[in-house]
Amino acid sequence: MTMWFVPRDAAARSMGSDEVAEALIAQGHDVIRTGSRGMLWLEPLVECAREPGGPRVGWANVDPADVAEAGLQETAANYLGVVADMDYLVKQDRWVFERAGVIDPLDPDDYVANGGLAGLRAALALPPGDVISNVIDSGLRGRGGAGFPAGIKWRTVAETPPRPHIGDPANAPAHKYVCINADEGDSGTFADRMLIEGDPFCLLEGMAIAAYCVGADKGIVYLRSEYPDAIEVLDEAIAIARERGWLGIGILDTDLSFDVEVYVGAGSYVCGEETAMLESIEGRRGMVRVKPPLPAIEGLFGTPTVINNVMTMASVPSIMARGAQAYAALGTEKSQGTQVFQLAGNIARGGIVETAFGVSARELIEGFGGGTLSGRPVRAVQIGGPLGAYLPADQLDVPMGYETLAEAGGMIGHGGVVVFDESVDMAQQARFAMEFCAEESCGKCTPCRIGSIRGVEVIDRIRSGEDPEGNTVLLRDLCEVMTDGSLCAMGGLTPMPVLSALDNFPEDFAPPVRGQ
Amino acid sequence: MTLTQDFAAWSSEEADQLITPIALTPGPILRCLQAIQERFGYVPADAVALVAQRCNATRADVHGVLTFYADLRTQPPPAIPVRLCAAEACQAVGGRGLQGEWAKACDEDPQLADVTGGNEPIFCLGNCALGPAAFVGNQLIGRASVDRIMAAIRQQQEGKTA
Repeated sequence: MTMWFVPRDAAARSMGSDEVAEALIAQGHDVIRTGSRGMLWLEPLVECAREPGGPRVGWANVDPADVAEAGLQETAANYLGVVADMDYLVKQDRWVFERAGVIDPLDPDDYVANGGLAGLRAALALPPGDVISNVIDSGLRGRGGAGFPAGIKWRTVAETPPRPHIGDPANAPAHKYVCINADEGDSGTFADRMLIEGDPFCLLEGMAIAAYCVGADKGIVYLRSEYPDAIEVLDEAIAIARERGWLGIGILDTDLSFDVEVYVGAGSYVCGEETAMLESIEGRRGMVRVKPPLPAIEGLFGTPTVINNVMTMASVPSIMARGAQAYAALGTEKSQGTQVFQLAGNIARGGIVETAFGVSARELIEGFGGGTLSGRPVRAVQIGGPLGAYLPADQLDVPMGYETLAEAGGMIGHGGVVVFDESVDMAQQARFAMEFCAEESCGKCTPCRIGSIRGVEVIDRIRSGEDPEGNTVLLRDLCEVMTDGSLCAMGGLTPMPVLSALDNFPEDFAPPVRGQ
Repeated sequence: MTLTQDFAAWSSEEADQLITPIALTPGPILRCLQAIQERFGYVPADAVALVAQRCNATRADVHGVLTFYADLRTQPPPAIPVRLCAAEACQAVGGRGLQGEWAKACDEDPQLADVTGGNEPIFCLGNCALGPAAFVGNQLIGRASVDRIMAAIRQQQEGKTA
């Protein structure tokens, strides 16, 4: 029986995949709505299997009118052949995204048939301390950008006794939390969204493993409001997981009891900072907290709390299923395993590339990404989100890793790679970095709250030719104050895009020549 | 999956019923405000005292939360809000130009500005490989252009009258 597959991923829907699915259904075809494979330039990408479980062939950029008129033919120009054999996918090493785009994200049987729950079952067969050792041995580090070893964080929470919510009486129920930071606000990143829309049970499975390790009874996913599709899919997935006994009391017939709730953000970038996120979950303004105490010791409502990014947590099931050693063998000495890169901006073949650390930015942009969308030369690449550095085109051979990028004056962040062609005005980008910080600062510390506003003004003065040398010195001084004096990464890292633009593209900061 | 939102007219009794169960949970203020906005489309001034009372918080606390988050509105939303992504990945593919073209279209057609609220910039919609990205109502648009945005508006208007 022929089966058709059309993504329900928000990016695919933004290019009309709903209309394509409707057109196929109108012709009497059976359609399964999957996540996206992550080859976003091909969306809507429609796949077809002539027999259940058989190879799936695909068509790119399908127009509903094609479906209605001639139907999808293997002679058509947009025919892709067997999708799983495409270079873009074959060259990847997918651990987190192994099922996304393949399965129906809300079909629990499809999930199990494709390796789902193997990690949780493997973990539950071991004592919690051994599972933590596995996570440490895998080398898994925080994929939100900070790069802290996940297993060490889990061990701290495991060793801290549960506590009642702050303000509750001492004999009130004691808790520990597992909180997922899905406040994926960095421009150029969409991996968390795509994983949640394409394989939500994977995240829930990772959370259950973490809960087992640290003794947590409650889980929260803090998901940004800009992702309405992800919210809907995750809510449904949680309900299904409860029905199946994958969440709730006595998970998979063991003593593990753990439940998950979705908390929706409210349009604040700084709430992606972990302590601002905790404040927001507690219902307050998303103001950054002073650390220590670490959230692992006093986190949500004052209880010991694991906070991990979606990618970190979604790596855990496959690490437990396929082995910590196999994962650790990938990548580089200090950046082990795989990173889910997101190719974005002015790029011909944008999307998800999950591959071992150590790959160069050039291989990602030219090899996978096919260069710019405009066809003009690459001029700058911003890696790691709005707080990441702008690298010039001649520095793209740097191997991707936490330390290697830091040495190159950048950071890997959440793995976003935003490409700009030669039409970019880097002084304008530097100004935007300050403007964004001014807009999104929580306001708690002065360097970030005021410094960003002064930063915009100083860059404007440089660009208008008002004492450019003196004001450039002032800008560097201001950046130093923000870097050293800010409470969190928002103010502390905003200088990174600003200074990298200034250092790598000084010509863009020159004042306009008179008479031109 | 695309929602065309129809909101209820403000009623403090209805709001009270809506938030009372939320107010019993830990850290309720933001979620009370979100629930009110989801039902009524915005958070009217009257809601502040109500939320404060139910959550055992001060009005200042509630006001502080209400004014911190970009999502929370204190005025009713336009019929079909248009929000263009203003972040870097969309800038790299002409996002700034699109902002200008859209602003011009709204200047020339006050009715369009009224229906869409002009443009409330938003930072990142997670569609960074298919920019420029925009929300038209709750519909995400990839490779957005003024034409594609207008087509989505027409489609949603037809959906509402149908």
